[in-house]
Amino acid sequence: MPIPYKKPAAPNDDKRWKIVETRMRRLGDRPQALIEALHAAQEAFGFLDTDALEYVGDTLGVPHSRVYGVATFYSFFTLKPQGEHTCVVCTGTACYINGAREILAGLDRALQVKPKETTADGKVSVLTARCLGACSLAPAVIVDGVAMGKVTAGELVAQLEAM
Amino acid sequence: MSEMPAAARPIRRRVITEEVHEGPARASAYVCEAASCMSAQAHDITVRLGELVGEAGLSDVVVKRVGCLGLCAAGPLVQIPQTGQLFERVRPDAVAPIVQTLKKLKPTDKPKPQVPFFAKQVRSATENFGLVDPESLDDYVERGGYEALRRALSEMTSAEVRDEITRSGLRGRGGAGYPTGLKWTTVAKAQGSPKYVICNADEGDPGAFMDRSVLESDPYRVLEGMAIAAFAVHASEGYIYCRAEYPLAVARLRTAIRNAQRAGFLGQAIAETAFSFDVQVRLGAGAFVCGEETALIASVEGRRGTPRPRPPYPAVSGLWGRPTLINNVETFANVPTILRRGPEWYAEIGHGKSRGTKVFALAGRIVNTGLVEVPMGMTLREIVFDIGGGIIGGRPFKAVQTGGPSGGCIPAQLLDMPVDYESLIEVGSFIGSGGLIVMDDTSCMVDVARYFQDFCRDESCGKCTPCRVGTTQMYMLLDQITRGTATLDDLATLERLAGIVQKTALCGLGQGAPNPIFSTLRYFRDEYMAHIVDRVCPAGVCTIEPVEVTA
Repeated sequence: MPIPYKKPAAPNDDKRWKIVETRMRRLGDRPQALIEALHAAQEAFGFLDTDALEYVGDTLGVPHSRVYGVATFYSFFTLKPQGEHTCVVCTGTACYINGAREILAGLDRALQVKPKETTADGKVSVLTARCLGACSLAPAVIVDGVAMGKVTAGELVAQLEAM
Repeated sequence: MSEMPAAARPIRRRVITEEVHEGPARASAYVCEAASCMSAQAHDITVRLGELVGEAGLSDVVVKRVGCLGLCAAGPLVQIPQTGQLFERVRPDAVAPIVQTLKKLKPTDKPKPQVPFFAKQVRSATENFGLVDPESLDDYVERGGYEALRRALSEMTSAEVRDEITRSGLRGRGGAGYPTGLKWTTVAKAQGSPKYVICNADEGDPGAFMDRSVLESDPYRVLEGMAIAAFAVHASEGYIYCRAEYPLAVARLRTAIRNAQRAGFLGQAIAETAFSFDVQVRLGAGAFVCGEETALIASVEGRRGTPRPRPPYPAVSGLWGRPTLINNVETFANVPTILRRGPEWYAEIGHGKSRGTKVFALAGRIVNTGLVEVPMGMTLREIVFDIGGGIIGGRPFKAVQTGGPSGGCIPAQLLDMPVDYESLIEVGSFIGSGGLIVMDDTSCMVDVARYFQDFCRDESCGKCTPCRVGTTQMYMLLDQITRGTATLDDLATLERLAGIVQKTALCGLGQGAPNPIFSTLRYFRDEYMAHIVDRVCPAGVCTIEPVEVTA
């Protein structure tokens, strides 16, 4: 006897699950909606935890192993919670030859934080981007969603320390 | 990267004073609101200008936001279209001079002669840049938008549309340069239904931002191009696979899709004909390999973006095993212009087998960083020095890097070569999607090769061994060279390995990964030698480790 399909309930009563659920439903709750659903969950919660991965997989009928595979394949998705502030350093070619390396070195020196890490006090997460497509601003950095161009390591560290 | 850049925030309604006057405006101020200018508070400029124009009671002046004005280096930009006057590096608290100019402008004022940056360009894909409000369908239609689609649907057969594209000589603008007309014909003739049209907007090459600019500045053009393509190949569904790193482009695209659906240019019975076609946006998630068409299809299907061997090509078996047409943003953006102005117009521009125009993103150590569209076959010197304004600080030109991680570096002695598909391949580079990164004497070419190998190593999907293992080994060898710990044997190993990876990798990422090594070795072997034999970095970029003195 076939087991009737029952849509899984959200992991808890956090209202943000509604956003994820709606995005999946719009795409027919089908496996092909996996990446879109992970985007929705990450937008809502800032990162993807085990609850989110399981909920998305169960709803779309995708094995947990494959959900994990997809979530770790794409560099945009993060499985770790982020710091209070995020600082994305562009490492595209134009930024690279215009000093992105010095910026990363400066962050490491002043705040002891490397790309994909968060400072010990949980204040700042440093990420790198392949290319933000903002090459005329090289070297470009995005701090908490605000893009800044022609940045120097000193300025950036001062700004992050002041936050 | 979970944070969205500032541009992702909802865009407030445009400030416009149009409602107050009748007939055409006496004067206008067009504010560039593409990503680069937006990050420098361009939207505040629009708002402030609107307020001041309102306060001054200038009822015959229009203030509107437009797409990319091109000269990103001097942004934020405001242009007075009546005279072509360009205000550079405008600050939201210092827009008074612009209002003064708008006040004084007379209808008899003649346009000023253009600076070389603009005068040397020929516009097809970017013809509406800086002229239309990117989100306004009315603006697009006013500039001849959807004329091409209407004509195709009401006066032409699909075969005639394909024929016009074939005669225009248009080739894939994503880099490979496959003839667009031929691809369309293959999909049209393939068995199976439904058929799909996919727009590849996964612009992954670092230093390239042509597709981003097109989507941010004129999104309806891409939708129209896709609809025409769908009609030509008998497809009914389309996807735009766009990078998640481009939040402004995605937002404008979604608005454009909604507006086009409401106006009957997408959806059922387009332009009151029997033709139906709809488009959905799919977000990428930061995987460079997804620019490869079979990997892109896997990603649209919600899977890991790993490529598969071809054939079968997507034209025969693509999305969900159905015939699928995949073209790049810029290719689709050229289609409406070609149909409207005629294939002969397009085919007349260009050089050799490369017809038409190409959009390039100028970046790196160049004065006029920004976006340009030039005829195929223009010399590199004209692009870098006449349009690009030369090197920052007048330093010596060293190389221009084209084609991203699969491309190569072109040295100074080749500056007078024409830029087109064949010529670039001849010199060991690749036109790629159109990023041109200019380097001066402060860049070390071995370090640049190492940088690209690091990129490929990191972005390799891991499916095939030559790429997964080869890129890592090549990176380690290059790293040793930059640290001064390599021998001449290591260099020989590097060259041999690069040849093997090029011949055996599964997809373009791996096959192209050795290209930066080959091209830097071809033109800058002396720099490799300096690192290995003399243990110095001529550009002073690499940190050479001190020699250990033994006994």
